[in-house]
Amino acid sequence: MDTIELLVRITWLLGAVGFVIGLIQMNSPATARNGNLLSAGGMALAVAGTAVLVATGRAGEVAGLGWPIIIIGIAIGGGLGLYTARTVKMTAMPQLVSLFNAVGGGAAALIAIDDYLRLSNVQSFAPGGVIPLEITVPTVLDVIIGSVTFTGSLIASGKLMGLIPGKPILIPGGRIVTAGLAAVAVLGAGYLFAGNTHVGVLFAIIAASLVFGVTMVLPIGGADMPVVISLLNSFTGTAVAMAGFVIDNPVLIIAGALVGASGAILTKLMADAMNRSVINIMIGGFGGGEGTVGAVAGAGGSVRELSPDDAAIQLAYASHVIVVPGYGLAVAQAQHGVRELAELLESRGVDVKYAIHPVAGRMPGHMNVLLAEANVPYPLLKEMEEINPEFERADVALVIGANDVTNPAARKPGSPVSGMPILDVDHAKSIIVIKRSMGRGYAGIDNELYVNPKTGMLFADAKDGLASLVAAVKAL
Amino acid sequence: MSAELLAALTVFVLAVLLGFAVISKVPATLHTPLMSGANSIHGIVLVGSMLIAASATDLLSQILSLVAVAFATMNVVGGYVVTDRMLQMFKKKPAAAPKPKAEG
Repeated sequence: MDTIELLVRITWLLGAVGFVIGLIQMNSPATARNGNLLSAGGMALAVAGTAVLVATGRAGEVAGLGWPIIIIGIAIGGGLGLYTARTVKMTAMPQLVSLFNAVGGGAAALIAIDDYLRLSNVQSFAPGGVIPLEITVPTVLDVIIGSVTFTGSLIASGKLMGLIPGKPILIPGGRIVTAGLAAVAVLGAGYLFAGNTHVGVLFAIIAASLVFGVTMVLPIGGADMPVVISLLNSFTGTAVAMAGFVIDNPVLIIAGALVGASGAILTKLMADAMNRSVINIMIGGFGGGEGTVGAVAGAGGSVRELSPDDAAIQLAYASHVIVVPGYGLAVAQAQHGVRELAELLESRGVDVKYAIHPVAGRMPGHMNVLLAEANVPYPLLKEMEEINPEFERADVALVIGANDVTNPAARKPGSPVSGMPILDVDHAKSIIVIKRSMGRGYAGIDNELYVNPKTGMLFADAKDGLASLVAAVKAL
Repeated sequence: MSAELLAALTVFVLAVLLGFAVISKVPATLHTPLMSGANSIHGIVLVGSMLIAASATDLLSQILSLVAVAFATMNVVGGYVVTDRMLQMFKKKPAAAPKPKAEG
């Protein structure tokens, strides 16, 4: 190893250090942006080092089209990435993350495919030439995980964009098809691991994995997509680490393993916050997504309907108001409306805070991003543990498009949401719920909060409901 | 098992443990930016894509590596830019000039 190669390897090490420190700095809102920039700097350094390695001929002789491929590839990918990332609306951000995840997994799989094709050309025709197991194992794992991630993330993204219906799509005999695809991949892997080198078998594994990604995600409801995206993000990390084993590159192994582990933890945290197991979600259970409008509540007890004017009076003459934003607010893109209402109330001397459930919105932390985009001051956003004791002192809890995370049934055993941590909205002196209908939430059960005598229902889309509230408060 | 593979495996296992340790400390409010940030980090696959592109001689290999480089760059550039856009919004004091509303 000469000096230049040594220096390039040090840029890779520094890149990995940047990723780790960047992730650590993402612990706190104050340093998070810095952490991301540090991580990006590490990436730039590692890529620049690689360019030097190629330019100085230390990565093997550069083929005639080597540089054009690299430059054109970077120009196309960089342009598409920059354009989509800068123009996407913040509410549409989860599907873009899923799309970036898909291409990352695709790239990891392509590396292993390319490597296998080259090795099989060189070795399989030589007498007794077999690709060694320490290449075959990571190659097969990489193509399986990378292919599943590629199509799975595209489907998840399509569901969130509304290109594919968000409700679970059940294919007749889907379970059998999925099991058959898995069997093809496992048998193919076993054949290659047994010391055979066969390009056709590798492509059979790839084809099975690509279809498997589709059949795995299609039956899962739109509301579960965040957990699925998080899981697929973890998969991509693992695929990239496997690609690192295939081409013997330490920075791919380190960064891939980091993301694989982080995605796994994040997936578990998200599933825990919904009181569900990851396996439960992947097999498919209730996750009905948004398509539950029209379901009729039958919890017994009567529902009190509020007019915007009544609600406005309650809010304007309260001293403490806690806003509980949920999935419905994100879907209706009503974050600017809620900020407008809050500012109006504050100007009348009302103390307004926001209660953020860990899984409010479409992903953990998504609600914070949406509200921050609408310029809601960050210190007003309170996490569940912090705000729950304050509900007792609140005059009004304003629930906007949140359902299961406020359901008192979670405190009692015997319901699908039992044990799920909830916001203690029912402890407030009065409750106003803005909701399109009495439709059930994602867990598919009735919410007894709505028949609580303290609760008034304002039936409207979150955005329209807030607009009418703002108008009514202004008119007071 | 060769010494190189053992060394690579050691690095892999330690990096997994490091990933668990780092992530479990992140507050829930930052989970979405974090997921997006972690998503950009696996764009490191660009390094591998560049290396296979440099030595691609036959047509199939050239096509595969071109797609790999483009995919990986999209992951890197898009991932970091969208994460930065999210984190930009966590400023303590809102900017004096309100941003143009992206949504209708």
